[in-house]
Amino acid sequence: MSLLKVTVSTLALAAVSAGAAAARDNIQTAGSSTVLPYATIVAEAFGENFDFPTPVVESGGSGAGRKKLCEGVGENTIDIANSSSRISQSDIDLCASNGVTEIMEVRFGYDGIVFASDINGASFAFTPADWFKALAAQVVVDGAVVANPNTSWSQVNPELPDQQILAFVPGTKHGTREVFDEKVILTGCEESGAMEVFAAENGGDEDKAEEMCMALRTDGVSVDIDGDYTETLSRIAANPNAIGVFGLSFYQNNTDKLQVATMSGVTPSVDTVASGEYPVSRPLYFYVKKAHLGVIPGLQEYIDFFVSDDIAGPNGPLAEYGLVSDPELAATQEAVAAGTVMGPLN
Amino acid sequence: MTDASIPHTPARVSLIAPDERTRKRNAAERRFRAYGLAAVGVGLLALVVLMASILGNGLSAFRQTYVTIEATLDPAILDPKGQRNPDDLAKVSTIGYGRQIDAAVSAAVARAGIPTDGLTDKQMSGILSKEAPAQLRNKVLADPSLIGQTVPLRMLANGRVDGFFKGRVSLASAELDSNTSPEQLELAGAMRAAGLMEVGFNLGFITWPDASELRPEAAGLGVAMLGSAYMMIIVLVLALPLGVAASIYLQEFAPRNRWTDLIEVNIANLAAVPSIVYGILGLAIFINFAGLPQSAPVVGGLILTLMTLPTIIIATRASLDAVPPSIRDAALGVGASKMQSVFHHVLPLALPGIMTGTIIGMARALGETAPLLLIGMVAFVRDYPAAPPEGFFDPASALPVQVYQWTQRADPAFVERASGAIIVLLVVLMLMNTAAIILRRRFERRW
Repeated sequence: MSLLKVTVSTLALAAVSAGAAAARDNIQTAGSSTVLPYATIVAEAFGENFDFPTPVVESGGSGAGRKKLCEGVGENTIDIANSSSRISQSDIDLCASNGVTEIMEVRFGYDGIVFASDINGASFAFTPADWFKALAAQVVVDGAVVANPNTSWSQVNPELPDQQILAFVPGTKHGTREVFDEKVILTGCEESGAMEVFAAENGGDEDKAEEMCMALRTDGVSVDIDGDYTETLSRIAANPNAIGVFGLSFYQNNTDKLQVATMSGVTPSVDTVASGEYPVSRPLYFYVKKAHLGVIPGLQEYIDFFVSDDIAGPNGPLAEYGLVSDPELAATQEAVAAGTVMGPLN
Repeated sequence: MTDASIPHTPARVSLIAPDERTRKRNAAERRFRAYGLAAVGVGLLALVVLMASILGNGLSAFRQTYVTIEATLDPAILDPKGQRNPDDLAKVSTIGYGRQIDAAVSAAVARAGIPTDGLTDKQMSGILSKEAPAQLRNKVLADPSLIGQTVPLRMLANGRVDGFFKGRVSLASAELDSNTSPEQLELAGAMRAAGLMEVGFNLGFITWPDASELRPEAAGLGVAMLGSAYMMIIVLVLALPLGVAASIYLQEFAPRNRWTDLIEVNIANLAAVPSIVYGILGLAIFINFAGLPQSAPVVGGLILTLMTLPTIIIATRASLDAVPPSIRDAALGVGASKMQSVFHHVLPLALPGIMTGTIIGMARALGETAPLLLIGMVAFVRDYPAAPPEGFFDPASALPVQVYQWTQRADPAFVERASGAIIVLLVVLMLMNTAAIILRRRFERRW
């Protein structure tokens, strides 16, 4: 009998306190695992310098974060989605159908994508065409489209070392993969002239030709890594011949284990990415649900703090970690302070 | 046919020298024993390798390098207005306190007479954790009278310096490392020789909250342990009474028919459902429908309760079943009601088994990450949740989640932290399982 009483009173207590716990006083963010380290650095600094609680930062991927943002308006939905790729029209539509009509888009900096190999191995100087020829499923040999026959980097480009081709590229769920496909493989496809051949094969259909360009070989030479950069790093430790794709910031934290390859003759660094010389980079964003401004305490202060010069500027802690700061940060600061809502995608 | 009708020719067998058949049987037994021993050996070897790798990587997480210096807190930096007004003091950010620490470190190094090899103040204070300004700021805000005084400060050393003393970082690797330099490490070595730096027990690893990638040395398990503890409280308070009540009804009172069979099969099925499914269910019901907050231990606890219930019900039913019917019959025979026979006689005898089942179910729940992924508990949480019951609704993390997160971080110092967290988790699990065994040994009755 006492058991029954305990059960009933516990359930009652749970129900009552569920009603009492209404107002959320901490900021909730979710999204890209690339933005996660930056967001945690900002959250930590925000928590220690302001009277507001430290924001909660979840990872889970850019797409998942934006989807969570679009679940609706209310205290049990998140306030900010961190994203390493731009929001898509389907996300905006989903948001609109759930009542999230006003979204602020904040670009807070850029991230470089680098190609790195074991520190004791050979050094590489790549061009996008090398990567296309090494990893594409089909390449052009003497004007004919054939399945990729290359097994060593020297076959791809005589100037590269005679080393077996083995590449660890991010899996398709990563935003990094999108950039890799577009800025390296597709560019390489065009530069090597394969694009025209593919287009001719498909009767001039450019979309199909692009698809052919971006199809990577599946014979074990290109390995998709669905985990994080730490997984790529440990795979390289086990396979010193392999080359991995990393974020610039990850590389900068592991310079004692990795050496970085140049791309089209440019060494990746915060400076070369900022100046646009290094070609493989992408903007990083966070998306703010405007309906939560003024409702969730500290939200406006947090986003102002995030894009302030002290944090996101070239000498701030984010740059120290590897963020390439946005040259147009001042415009972003104004837009954030004014609460400018993003317009339709162009 | 009887045996007697068979013509009996006794085989000539010696009792001392075994015949062919006996030898074969004995050999088969020896082989089986060898297989069994090999199986145990493989298991033990795997355990030894696992423990060696975890302990080898993780034990160093429990030791930490600290820097102790005397610092004069400059009013010009920390309180430019000179009013000691708390609002003005709070306006000075950790960046201001960082400058104060830069100055304090270079002064301390100069006092100790350590050559600095042309390191700037900023580079010198680079051997300190980036947590140091925040620690100093909290200290000053708590006691503004410290401003203007010279106070001893005990601060964390940077993760790379810490790694240097633990053997993870060498002068050669620092040469290649963009986050530290050999000169900084040599300075740290000299400071240690001069008594300004020491390696001691790392209590903060247990009590502090998580920290960002810039300060791995300040990352701790405090929030994760609280979150896990809160969830276990919820699981215990909800799953034990519900599970025991359900089992007693099903075992002692319910009629045996198609419905109870169906329920029984489904409970057994639920026990085998992958835990991520409970996470999806929890997201849909507790967060989206009931409107409970994200990242809160209450939601995690409710989900883990659902997950643990089948385990507890099955264990409880088994231990109720193990109580001999003669106990019930005797109770009923002296005039007890059915309920009295259950609660006065059967349940107390079954209690050790129920407790064991509950503890093992909770130990399983403690190690779960997957269901927490969907409800926002796999997150960076730095504020401690409040005391229960309000704290059940504050964001928190959990022990296995912390392991998962630390293994994903870029800074190599987090490898040590992740292994350290695994050690803590294993110790907790071992304590729980030991408690289960002790309860069983102590109170179990055999018939």
